[in-house]
Amino acid sequence: MVPLTQKMTLPEQVTSWLMSDARTQTASEASAVGLSLKKGGIRWGEFAIQSSLGFCALISVITTIVIVFVLATESYSFFSDVSPIDFLFGTQWVPLFEPSSYGVLPLLWGTLVITFGAAAIAIPVGLASAIYISEYASARVRTIVKPVLELLAGIPTVVYGYFALTFVTPVLQNILPGLNVFNALSGAIVVGIMILPTIATLSDNALRAVPDTLRQGAYALGATSFEVTTQVVVPTGLSGVMASFLLAISRAIGETMAVTLAAGATPNLSFTLQESIQTITAYIVQVSLGDTPADGIAYKTIFAVAAVLFLLTLILNMLSQWVLNKYRAEYD
Amino acid sequence: MQKSRVSGTPYIDNLVARRRKARLFRTLCAGVTWLGVVLLGLLLYQAGVDGIKWLDWQFLSSFPSRFPEKSGIKSALFGTLWLIALIAIISIPISVATALYLQEFSSKGRISRLIELNISNLAGVPSIVYGIIGLAIFVRGFQLERSLISGALTMSLLISPVIIIASREAIKSVPVNIRHAAYALGATRWQTSWSHVLPAAFPGILTGVILALSRAIGETAPLIMIGALTYVAFLPAGPMDAFTALPIQIFNWVSRPQQEFHELAAAAIIVLLAVLLVMNAAAIYIRHKSEQKLK
Amino acid sequence: MTSMTHPEQGSESKHISIAEPSILDLQNVTISYSGKAAVRNVSFPIAEHKITSIIGPSGCGKSTLLRALNRMNDFVDDVSLEGTISYLGENLYGKDIDPVTLRRRIGMVFQKPNPFPKSIYRNVSWGPQINGYKQPLDDLVEHSLVQAALWNEVKDRLHESALSLSGGQQQRLCIARALAMSPDILLMDEPCSALDPISTSHIEDLLFELKSQYTIVIVTHNMQQAARASDYTAFLEMGMLIEFGATKQMFTVPRQKRTEEYVTGRFG
Repeated sequence: MVPLTQKMTLPEQVTSWLMSDARTQTASEASAVGLSLKKGGIRWGEFAIQSSLGFCALISVITTIVIVFVLATESYSFFSDVSPIDFLFGTQWVPLFEPSSYGVLPLLWGTLVITFGAAAIAIPVGLASAIYISEYASARVRTIVKPVLELLAGIPTVVYGYFALTFVTPVLQNILPGLNVFNALSGAIVVGIMILPTIATLSDNALRAVPDTLRQGAYALGATSFEVTTQVVVPTGLSGVMASFLLAISRAIGETMAVTLAAGATPNLSFTLQESIQTITAYIVQVSLGDTPADGIAYKTIFAVAAVLFLLTLILNMLSQWVLNKYRAEYD
Repeated sequence: MQKSRVSGTPYIDNLVARRRKARLFRTLCAGVTWLGVVLLGLLLYQAGVDGIKWLDWQFLSSFPSRFPEKSGIKSALFGTLWLIALIAIISIPISVATALYLQEFSSKGRISRLIELNISNLAGVPSIVYGIIGLAIFVRGFQLERSLISGALTMSLLISPVIIIASREAIKSVPVNIRHAAYALGATRWQTSWSHVLPAAFPGILTGVILALSRAIGETAPLIMIGALTYVAFLPAGPMDAFTALPIQIFNWVSRPQQEFHELAAAAIIVLLAVLLVMNAAAIYIRHKSEQKLK
Repeated sequence: MTSMTHPEQGSESKHISIAEPSILDLQNVTISYSGKAAVRNVSFPIAEHKITSIIGPSGCGKSTLLRALNRMNDFVDDVSLEGTISYLGENLYGKDIDPVTLRRRIGMVFQKPNPFPKSIYRNVSWGPQINGYKQPLDDLVEHSLVQAALWNEVKDRLHESALSLSGGQQQRLCIARALAMSPDILLMDEPCSALDPISTSHIEDLLFELKSQYTIVIVTHNMQQAARASDYTAFLEMGMLIEFGATKQMFTVPRQKRTEEYVTGRFG
């Protein structure tokens, strides 16, 4: 230990810093050596860095503009050949053969059938799972099930397509003889399984965000766990739960590989789940797999239907954000 | 009103039924959850059983072929590795810079709110739409053809919003007093961000990046759109070469009618899922590690 | 260790009897979180139609003890209780006791107001409704809100969200919610700690009103509140009961030195 009284010798640099003009004792001294708190010039290095970061942020905006621009111009040139009325209300989608017909309804119908079917499976099951994980499962079970669900949410959709074709459809064919190899039912089931982890994990987050004091308040009134969950916890977390539904539905609408592989490529306005149908996404894949010339009308159709797809998912995503923001406002 | 004591309450005794309902509900929720997990486990197991017999060195080191027994995923595996490397190089700097700008630099005004809204909407755009944009802009517009760089650029657009959102969360969770301490020493915004905020947010950013890249590995639709579904029996030598990738190869094999090709697809799925599992495990591990550090 | 915190002296209060019939009897109650005792060997009675306050420095186990009285600790993992708490002669922790029925009789008001995000009306009517209340709900809601001294402020906006109320109003709504079940006992866990002084005095006035009909157990770390509002006081420190007795006696002639130091504000 160095005795406190002993004078320490400071290194050269330190003494020179201590003696330098930069260290001044009073304001007048400071101004005398030309130091001021007033702004000097722009810090150019800082400015350059900030600008380049800002430019990166701008790229996301440019991306959106490009998406909208490409979809709009190509669709516009498509609509110079096909009337928008025929497109929006036509019931025949025969773009690749003569006589061609460009009614988008069969594709839209195919998309809706898959989406509703998937939602009918995934919403109740996903919500039940979320309730189980957030309200009933022990901490131990939770730490296992939650990552497993997150992992399942990350399985590529082409893998789900494989499941549909090799397992789900054969099993269904045993139950429903005469079922087409490509059918809407199998597609809907697989997409439902696919979006289930999304609903379960996001709804779980929403339910876990419900303050514990509300549960305790309800239990203190003599409520059972069923009543606490269904009448207090779920209604309180409802906006988060709804947002998860909307997000999952939007994913189902945009889902491509599983439906392409499972549901087939037959634009179809029928009400049966046993036949092959075609979704918007599956149609786009079908066109891109063939060798379509870039200036032909078939090439332009994919932009028109993609614009429909883009709008549908955009609306759902905006809706889900709106619902979520409402929820946030309630808690702050 | 006289208060109740034991009996004579205005309540009817409905507790037995209510408890039964509560028990039933609990059982139902638990059952459904486990059923789902078991069902998915079963599907994965079945794929594993089907694919494992094809999974050998020959499978990993051969090019695809018309003959199932000679087929392999060499070109697909290399294509995926190339793709991931390019996507990482393109998307990580831009996305992290965007997140940093939005969280630390921009004034929280209308414009930055607009950019935020825009990014969360981009995250929800279906992947096939990105594929179409990639086709129109990179493949046809920039004349990059059906090359690795077209695929990587398209995929970078797709996963950037994911990385941006995850990075912003990570940056946001850095305690504000770290920044104040730095500013109080006369550091500029950038000095503070670079020396204190980014290092502290690093585990969170890394987790987000890994999860986003693992999403890119599995994405099929955008690659199909830019025309990657072709017969490729060579290894790409540079970013301008044509390529194939694992999910593409799986799609190709699944869409063939023969049983053998389905089994090849299952084998490729095993490889793909193994890669994803390793990446996810790494992400979970990093998250766990950094959570412990915070405690 | 000082003599004041000696366990022998803590359990001495067990022999203190009260003039009124007791509705709850705590006997040798020990509560542990994963093996660590938070409340140790506590015994005292709770007099019917009186206000009993539990005081003590933060972390002394008073909230844990209160939550044991209607088995809210069941929701915390790894909590175990030894000893008995008997309610009119029945052990609350007996094997055949249904905690749901129990909580119907022993209501609770929490530290922070926790109204459900439903209308004011539904907040009050919900408990009776799920418990099979078969008489007109409107009357019950009005009666409960009147009892909680909130009726005049909310009678014109019963169907607005409870979250639109001020903090003090929300807490009185939570009291009304508990009263609607017409419990025998009302447990209050620092009900005023999140409130401003005016709301606090509203609620203290309310306690006096309610005393004629309910037994109230209140946890507080506000000495004045305990002295003003309660008939009996239990003083806990480090999980042990230091002293139990009539409030007037405790605040004027405490038997324990430790109690004197605490109530006069010399520590805690």
